[in-house]
Amino acid sequence: MKVSKTNKILCLCALVILTQVTTTLTGTQYYLTQLTMAAYYGLVVIGLGVLMGYAGQISIGHAGFFAIGGYISAAMTTHNLVQLQDTPIISFCSQMGLLMERQDIYGDQLLTFAPWAACVTALLLAALIAFFLGIPVLKLKGHYLAMATLGFGTIIYRLVLATPLFGEADGISEVPAFTLLPAIGSLPPIMVSGDFGLRVINYYLAWGVLIIGMILLLNLIDSRVGRALRSLHSSEEAAEASGVHTSGCKVYVFVISAVYAALAGVLLTHYNAGIGPSEASVMKSVRYVALVAVGGMTNLWGTLIVGISLTFLSLRGVFGSYDDAVFAAILIGVMLFSPAGILSLRGCLLPSKQEIAPAKEENL
Amino acid sequence: MTVDLFFQYLFAGVTYGSIYAIVAIGFNIIYNSTGIINFAQGEFVMLGGMISISLLQFMPLPLAIIVAVLATMLVGALVEILFIRWLERPSVMQMIIITIGVSILLREVALHIWGESIRSLPYFYGNEITTFSLGSVHISPQVLWVIAACGFMVCGLSLFFKFTPTGREMRACSVNRTAAILCGINTRNMVTFSFMLSAGIGAMAGCVMSPITYTQYDCGTGLAIKGFTVAILGGLGNSMAAVAAGLLLGIIEAFSVSVVPLAFQDAIAITILLIILFIKPHGLFGSSEAARLRDF
Repeated sequence: MKVSKTNKILCLCALVILTQVTTTLTGTQYYLTQLTMAAYYGLVVIGLGVLMGYAGQISIGHAGFFAIGGYISAAMTTHNLVQLQDTPIISFCSQMGLLMERQDIYGDQLLTFAPWAACVTALLLAALIAFFLGIPVLKLKGHYLAMATLGFGTIIYRLVLATPLFGEADGISEVPAFTLLPAIGSLPPIMVSGDFGLRVINYYLAWGVLIIGMILLLNLIDSRVGRALRSLHSSEEAAEASGVHTSGCKVYVFVISAVYAALAGVLLTHYNAGIGPSEASVMKSVRYVALVAVGGMTNLWGTLIVGISLTFLSLRGVFGSYDDAVFAAILIGVMLFSPAGILSLRGCLLPSKQEIAPAKEENL
Repeated sequence: MTVDLFFQYLFAGVTYGSIYAIVAIGFNIIYNSTGIINFAQGEFVMLGGMISISLLQFMPLPLAIIVAVLATMLVGALVEILFIRWLERPSVMQMIIITIGVSILLREVALHIWGESIRSLPYFYGNEITTFSLGSVHISPQVLWVIAACGFMVCGLSLFFKFTPTGREMRACSVNRTAAILCGINTRNMVTFSFMLSAGIGAMAGCVMSPITYTQYDCGTGLAIKGFTVAILGGLGNSMAAVAAGLLLGIIEAFSVSVVPLAFQDAIAITILLIILFIKPHGLFGSSEAARLRDF
């Protein structure tokens, strides 16, 4: 039985609503907080899933892009510009409506960039960095690519740890809420913040972003670019010979997945009202790779399901102090026994699936 | 910069450089026999240091180091037998992910056994403040131990690969595995052996460096990245070039401290790695003609 794309999306939407209703009815709304965070992490994971599964390029540096998004928007929305108020650049920004004035908890005046301006800057920066990093890095293959992206992630981590603007080891806190729609009449405002009253709205917001992101990626996979990607995954030479602009395609997908990670970083930072250096650490990058690998490299739905559920369990603290160990064990187990992802295990029952599965990870 | 300061930096650079070189040689041994980059190489170094520190309560220092090296070799063999030996034609992506998983597992096990505390072996000779004076330059005796151990290992390994039957079989394995099988070499055992050898070398490095750099459960990752940088810098698979590249990187790092803040020191090594990967992925000493035949 083949379920169409639209039906799958509708099922997901229904499930999201059902979950919210269930938690409200049973009084377990605290689950929504972790579900919201899991949705944002899910955004990183599906972006990486397209890069790894369809373009066949590994990246152990995606926490770096997440951190670029989170840290840029956090720094821009918390760094006080009051002293620079009269400089031409700042007053120009002010006239353009890029700034936001508010008071901090001590009643002092605080002038910072508005969250949406910070968000756009962060996404553009992530895209630019991904573009200029992707051109040389994606020429590499296998171990070299893995190490180069790992190196990029480590550089971002070190920079974050050593820069006073980014709060060094403390990270940045007191990041303001990101207002998407101001309150209209009796309707509550739509904003990304960790406020308890806005928990349900934020839950829907996060899942809305995730579902839209998912639809866009699914369309990408079925598009001309998607077919080009799959062809270059199975044989780069053959793809090139058929006229696919292989390096261009790879960079394109790399930039897209970087923007996904950065967007997740921006939104999660506003939701948590802060970000710390652990978000940029290598372990986070490895974790994203693990989630993609476990979900199945060429199975975006599998990646989404596994990504959300494992992240949710980890955020709930189910694995305790064995959190990283559990991820490592799952990672090894899946790679040893079922390299096409945990959901492909049912392929043992359906022979047609089994034939497809091993062919997929021949390359890279 | 005065002449004294110059030599002081130089010695610091050579010390760290020789440690990086050993880690890089560990990478190369496994790479040569299997084509795998073992991302868990840094964890072998950590294990060597940690085990010897724990054993020190029961036995004298030299014995503790020997037992620690043997124990780490056992771990190396176990890793190979459990996770790698029985895979049929694994893809590179699979190998990368498995070895990363192994490195995390080893680190987590170490965390649960030894906790987060920072430990170190005592100085092999004298203590923290014992120094030799070479002209006006002061050197800790441990530095000499590190350099001597590295030199010893490099010489020992090259003799081993040149003159012993096992060493020759391992080289045959790395040149052409099918041909090696046809000559009656048990290539699977050679792979296990290369894991043991590289684990042992890593553990040895972990022991001699422990008094200077200290050992913590997560010290492996940084070393692995540095070691890989050095292995790439010298050309993957080329152990002699790795020594030269290791010393080069160590010295560059040591001198970089006088220009940029210490916090950025690691970033420098990685920037060098990225630059090398972009312009000369076959390494400083590798021939570009041979490189054309390989995939990067």
